[in-house]
Amino acid sequence: MREPAPKKASVVTLRINGREVTVPVGTSVAAALAMTDSFVSRADLSGRPRGPLCGMGVCFECRATIDGVPEVLMCLTPCREDQTVVTDA
Amino acid sequence: MREVCDLVVVGAGPGGLAAACRAAEAGLDVLVLDAQPEPGGQVWRGEARQGSNRLARRWLTRFSASGARFRPGARVIAAPEPGVLLVEEGPSSFAVRYGRAVLATGARERFLPFPGWTLPGVLGVSGLQVLVKDGLPIRGKRVVLAGTGPLLLAAAATIHSHGGEVLYIAEQASAASHWGFALQLWRQPAKLLQGALMSAKLVSVPTSTDAWVTAAEGERRLEAVRLSVRGREEHLHCDYLGAAYGLVPNLEVARLLSCETSAGAVVVDDRLETRVPKVHAVGELLGIGGVDQALVTGELAGLVAAEQPVPLELERSWHRVRTFAAQLARHDAPRAELLRLATPDTLLCRCEDVPMSALEGCQNLREARLYARLGMGACQGRTCGTAAQTLFGWTGEDVRPPCLPARIGSLRIPSDVSSTPTRES
Repeated sequence: MREPAPKKASVVTLRINGREVTVPVGTSVAAALAMTDSFVSRADLSGRPRGPLCGMGVCFECRATIDGVPEVLMCLTPCREDQTVVTDA
Repeated sequence: MREVCDLVVVGAGPGGLAAACRAAEAGLDVLVLDAQPEPGGQVWRGEARQGSNRLARRWLTRFSASGARFRPGARVIAAPEPGVLLVEEGPSSFAVRYGRAVLATGARERFLPFPGWTLPGVLGVSGLQVLVKDGLPIRGKRVVLAGTGPLLLAAAATIHSHGGEVLYIAEQASAASHWGFALQLWRQPAKLLQGALMSAKLVSVPTSTDAWVTAAEGERRLEAVRLSVRGREEHLHCDYLGAAYGLVPNLEVARLLSCETSAGAVVVDDRLETRVPKVHAVGELLGIGGVDQALVTGELAGLVAAEQPVPLELERSWHRVRTFAAQLARHDAPRAELLRLATPDTLLCRCEDVPMSALEGCQNLREARLYARLGMGACQGRTCGTAAQTLFGWTGEDVRPPCLPARIGSLRIPSDVSSTPTRES
């Protein structure tokens, strides 16, 4: 498989739960979550951790507050410069 | 806010793109809605950014030149009257008034519960594949894949090409069924080639038929999996598990529009029109058939919507792809052992934390909803409803608006869109 061609502005930096993460342009927030220490998007009713499951906007496991908007699905959201992501985990 | 169009296409995967191209090229004003940020659907995810798939490149280029309008990040939440859809887009919403509709909402993975399936690091097979395409760092990570059919190899190929270490591919189908299916593929030259290319890259990966995951283990995230491989148990330490058993059509929007369904697929006539006039369905909604079926039926529906003649080759192609779809359905049908993996403590509904034990005595989906809150959470039963249907034979209830969690303001029909007078609140 061919490697993607180099991009102009090739990376963006966002904050996930206060932590800065720098990712290539085109990375989804759900994929960027795996670059933090945990791959946890929320806690269930008993406090056990959950992570993304379907990757396609179906299961709602990866919902988070993104730039102040609650219940946004990380798997359908591209990372943007200065974006703020807060999970409830 | 409102949109008016001759044709609305719901879903920008191959089926939706083909329909939109054909209709827009014939002069219709076409509006395409998709929940994703880019066109391409799940199968061509990321191709709009970094195309390596020539077929995807060709259709995406044709789509951007077609004149069809594209609204990314747009989710259909209600259909308050014929010819009107209510759509949520990020923090705002709008109404669409359309003359005809093509539903191309594609498919999702079939998840079946097993102990540990709620641990972070356990994803779908294609779920893990799309996250890798979207930039999840997989280089040097150990991955186990468990599922069925061509998707398993497609996911393995993507993970392998991004530097992931695929430790094991567990195919649930029996050897006889699997190789019988593979032998049929020679009738489908494009698919045979795809299969051969995938296998060539993956020759070193241990693969077995009659194999499936029995449990995922770990404290705060996945650490290891247990597999049943031809009757013996394997225990593998790994970072990610992709586990899902084939695909099921996303029927919610079709049901919202009152389209008739039968045996898990939308009922259409030979013009791909559903039982609801001026509403067509294409691709996976007709029964899982992959990219070829999506393109053929998308083109057909686009031509019909634009009242154009349908070339005979397209009609013939449709019959050919139907044969493949039927073979795929037989191959991918989950085996009985997979339906008995969950223990009483295993959660079936992940949104409302409903364990299997809570469903004792429930006879159908309605009782499970009322007494145990199955399917009452954020995903509205999209995950557990499919599992419950596979496990217990419970079929889905009618879809009621909103068919996705939505803000209350999004459900109001703008007065300039409705054809019937509405009272202002």
